[in-house]
Amino acid sequence: MEDQAALSGWKKWAISVGDQSVFLSRFIRNIFSGGFEWSEFVRQCYEIGYKSFSLVGLTSFIMGLVLILQLRPTLVEFGAESMLPHTLAVSIVREIGPVITAIICAGKIASSIGAELGSMKVTEQIDAMEVAGANPIQYLVVTRILATSLMVPLLTMIGDAIGLFGGYVALNISDKISFFLYFNKCISSLDFTDFFPALIKTVFFGFAIGYVGCYKGFNSNKGTESVGVAANSAVVTASLWIFFIDMIVVQITNLLYY
Amino acid sequence: MEAVKEHRSTKSGVSSDEAIIEIKGLKKSFGSKEVLRNINLTVTKGENIVVLGKSGQGKSVTIQCIVGMLTPDAGSVKVFGKEVSELNDEELKDLRTHIGFLFQSGALFDSMTVRENLEFPLTRVLKLKDQNEIDQRVNEILEGVGLPEAAEKMPSDLSGGMRKRIGLARTLIVKPEIMLYDEPTTGLDPITSREISQLILEMQKKYKTTSIIITHDMECARITADRVVVMNDGEYIAEGSFDDLQHSDNQFVKSYFSDSI
Repeated sequence: MEDQAALSGWKKWAISVGDQSVFLSRFIRNIFSGGFEWSEFVRQCYEIGYKSFSLVGLTSFIMGLVLILQLRPTLVEFGAESMLPHTLAVSIVREIGPVITAIICAGKIASSIGAELGSMKVTEQIDAMEVAGANPIQYLVVTRILATSLMVPLLTMIGDAIGLFGGYVALNISDKISFFLYFNKCISSLDFTDFFPALIKTVFFGFAIGYVGCYKGFNSNKGTESVGVAANSAVVTASLWIFFIDMIVVQITNLLYY
Repeated sequence: MEAVKEHRSTKSGVSSDEAIIEIKGLKKSFGSKEVLRNINLTVTKGENIVVLGKSGQGKSVTIQCIVGMLTPDAGSVKVFGKEVSELNDEELKDLRTHIGFLFQSGALFDSMTVRENLEFPLTRVLKLKDQNEIDQRVNEILEGVGLPEAAEKMPSDLSGGMRKRIGLARTLIVKPEIMLYDEPTTGLDPITSREISQLILEMQKKYKTTSIIITHDMECARITADRVVVMNDGEYIAEGSFDDLQHSDNQFVKSYFSDSI
């Protein structure tokens, strides 16, 4: 530890990058090494997906509602009130839905994974698995990262739909628009280039949330304080990764389609 | 090191000259701190070795080197005649299936019931598929540690003594040939501590294991030890039976036994 403290900043950074690369390679190797933990994977999908559903749903509903309430006065001023469903659909499906869902999942899931694995590390449960001849990477890491990579896109799609419904409710506060007309307008304003890149980036968001949570938890120090540090660090790092991935995907999408 | 008395009869009833664990010149440092300076130890089949020593002296580090959790800086650690540091991942995994390691805290998996904890090594390590066989082994080991009613409980519902018993059960369920105990009675009251020590001895007789027990508990040492090794400053300074070391001239060794005479 003293030696670690004596290292200069860039050396620590280089060591951290090396550690993360090794962790990533162990994860990839273990996906294909056989003996996939299906029951644990399904349990994690339930824990991550089903138990985050209400939070994501409520937040998405409020986001859709608030966006319409904010957009409406401006569009009405320009006589473009009919563009409200279109504007909401594009902004929710392309950007707000995926990013808001991912940020909520980073707060809920990455912290939970970081704390759970950190606490397992502190109480020697991970060591116990390893010493018993079992494979903690396969049981704890592979299942969680794959579950987040699958469930975050699913949650995003559901969140998008609920967000659009929130917009419909907001529109009906002041105006009257039929449910089918509203959703018809929303869907017709979207095409493949709106859906596909957004879906792809949510897979990366999910991967980042699972990976960061597992890495921080798995590499936490001994001592109860480190559990909190792992959880906190997992949220902060995963959130930063989400914005970074978003920036890159938007750039690539713009280059490919526009 | 203080003279070693020849002591061949073991409490498990198993007695053999076959060296199961051989440690020679073991050294291990963490940063600038030299924890193990020169450890030499041979454990024969069926023997119960108790290691005594102050906290932070590297007692646990020694058994972590045996199981390959830590790599020695120098020296040799051989288990079943194989140099542990030279084993590849698969060989190390295979070796670990023959070694049971009981952690100080029990290290039960919090998210699983007691039954799932006990099934874990059977399905992941021994790769058993037959649920009847799994259930039979789980029930048998729970009877063995005296907790047949705890199967469906969560670890958080168990007392400290029960956690140690279940930890012991989870370790023994794969029938390891070697048992490594890291302070098995720490944090327990004297009565429960004695019960755990008796249980360790019972289980050793039943499963014919070879054991290294790291402890500060002199009652545990008295009950379980065939041979006691005393550690100080990263070296073993005395070795012998419990009775022999009680009459040692070494002041450091005396300080351990003064309260237990």
